[in-house]
Amino acid sequence: MTSLHEPGAAAGPRTGRPRRRRVGTGGRRGVPLPLLLPGLLALAFLLLPLVALLVRAPWGSLPDQLSSTEVWQALQLSLVSATAATAVSLVLGVPLAWLLARTEFPGRGFVRALVTLPLVLPPVVGGVALLLALGRNGVIGKWLDAWFGITLPFTTTGVVIAEAFVAMPFLVISVEGTLRAADPRFEEAATTLGASRFTAFHRVTLPLIAPGIAAGAVLAWARALGEFGATITFAGNFPGRTQTMPLAVYLALQNDPDAAISLSLVLLAVSIAVLAGLRDRWMTTS
Amino acid sequence: MTDNRPAAADGASAPQGPPAPDNDSCTGGAGGNPKPAEGRHPTTHPHPITGLDARLVVDRAAFHLDITLTAAPGDVLALLGPNGAGKTTALRALAGLTPLTDGHLNLDGASLDRTPPESRPVGVVFQDYLLFPHLTALDNVAFGPRCQGVSKSEAREQAGAWLDRMGLAAHAGAKPRRLSGGQAQRVALARALATHPRLLLLDEPLAALDARTRLEVRGQLRRHLAEFEAVAVLVTHDPLDAMVLADRLVVIEHGRVVQEGTPADIARHPRTDYIAQLVGLNLYRGRAERHTVRLDAGPEITTTEDLSGPVFVAFPPSAVTLFRDRPTGASARNLWRCEVAGLETHGDQIRADLDGELSLAADVTTVAAAELELHPGAAVWATVKAMQTHAYPA
Repeated sequence: MTSLHEPGAAAGPRTGRPRRRRVGTGGRRGVPLPLLLPGLLALAFLLLPLVALLVRAPWGSLPDQLSSTEVWQALQLSLVSATAATAVSLVLGVPLAWLLARTEFPGRGFVRALVTLPLVLPPVVGGVALLLALGRNGVIGKWLDAWFGITLPFTTTGVVIAEAFVAMPFLVISVEGTLRAADPRFEEAATTLGASRFTAFHRVTLPLIAPGIAAGAVLAWARALGEFGATITFAGNFPGRTQTMPLAVYLALQNDPDAAISLSLVLLAVSIAVLAGLRDRWMTTS
Repeated sequence: MTDNRPAAADGASAPQGPPAPDNDSCTGGAGGNPKPAEGRHPTTHPHPITGLDARLVVDRAAFHLDITLTAAPGDVLALLGPNGAGKTTALRALAGLTPLTDGHLNLDGASLDRTPPESRPVGVVFQDYLLFPHLTALDNVAFGPRCQGVSKSEAREQAGAWLDRMGLAAHAGAKPRRLSGGQAQRVALARALATHPRLLLLDEPLAALDARTRLEVRGQLRRHLAEFEAVAVLVTHDPLDAMVLADRLVVIEHGRVVQEGTPADIARHPRTDYIAQLVGLNLYRGRAERHTVRLDAGPEITTTEDLSGPVFVAFPPSAVTLFRDRPTGASARNLWRCEVAGLETHGDQIRADLDGELSLAADVTTVAAAELELHPGAAVWATVKAMQTHAYPA
């Protein structure tokens, strides 16, 4: 008797509940319309431009467009400078993230805000600021030029500096977040085993936060690859020396739109490759 | 005294030598082995004092810890106390992870007050073990020796020997997440012991284990602690762990030591309500005059001991007999009118918390509880035979 009654009792609410929800919202499977429609609109808004890029691409002349030396120069310069900027960000940014996450010093919150400033600063302003600091007549650039004969603006090094300036905050914020989430007691455990604070950092903490560092590095690399404003302001637009892909796209758009589309396709392909790599390696594990 | 250690077993009977040249990844300190070699040979130490001698004072916003701890090599000391009593703070202070506000910390005659944690000859087994998740069990254990400047191969050899001793040779290559709770606990113990500490600290060593594993690990831990020839201090809130594992208990409440002694002594003569509850006794404080103790709480208890002055009186809940109506014929001594405040099952018995003339816990069988119709608010008479009480000077 009871075994017959139980399934019936369980099925009652199971059939009743969705019906009630459908009546209340009018949406499919309980998704409210006021959320569904804007959501789909947003998706279309994000995807349509990319679709347009694919539709209007000059697929026939694409091989010719991409085989020009200028394109290859720009692509090569972009990849090299973005990678160098990421390396600079890693070497300097990870220690900064550690300082922000693991030490106490007066004005730490203020320093943290300063670090994030380049994140929200218009890149062009960053480029102007870099010129004023490191330009030939800049606050520091003046001395670099006078003492060592080093000039940074309008050089490939300048491109790397501009990109690092814009990209490093992404890495610092990402790594700092990972560090805060990581249990600091692992460092304490290492310390009780005789490890100095630095040893504890590079033998215990660093391996533990490696996924966070990698994600931050990819973020910084992608940001550096797309950098436009700071680069063109601080490093100029010299083909082969400071003309990166985004600059080449912009320039090409003014006199040869087909070339601009082809260059954009290359950048799109690189971005998709990065996203795929990011998802496979880190996003699934974290 | 070091010959029961793996380091000595492979022929390196002398203290560890200078750091190996391929010391690429550890401390990098120019001094190499940060742990003083003489610390491992207390008998040859110029100071006659060996073992632990500490007064730990830690001041925090709303918390004040002030305890004195002494222990001889070979002692296992248990810090027992309720949550928030300051046990873990004391342990962290011993390890150097929390700085002392005041006091001193001497180990084998050497002052460690100003020694940073990485240079203290102290090993710690953390409550949740904190095994490095990216390293195998073997590399976890080898971490300490590596930091002391032992070469990679030598450190791994030592670590292997430790794991062997813990019965974990088969799991040397396993990452911590693949180990069971009991195995992880033993790896953590091996990792702490591999640095040859002169002071071993264990924070709630069995708290993270389920009941069945706990029984097994408690036995193993007891054996390993018995073999350990330096001072071991363990922190626990479980009286059974403390009594099984330790030679001496230090009970801490509100940042102070309230009682200290052997487990048997403390179990027989609890001096605070917390300890009495832990060991399952009713405890009262009063003033004795011959065989009568007038309790601070009001009523009197007749005991067999002949004492005078301030005393404690204790009796187990099982010694209490309950009646629904005032027992006739029974002597009026040690008879109190009470009310049931709460009931809970306690093993195969029912424990009744009683309020009234005297607050006490009484154990009755389930049948008796039913016959007495015990329920919260029920009125009962409680008696205890003088022979089953125990009075001792406060």
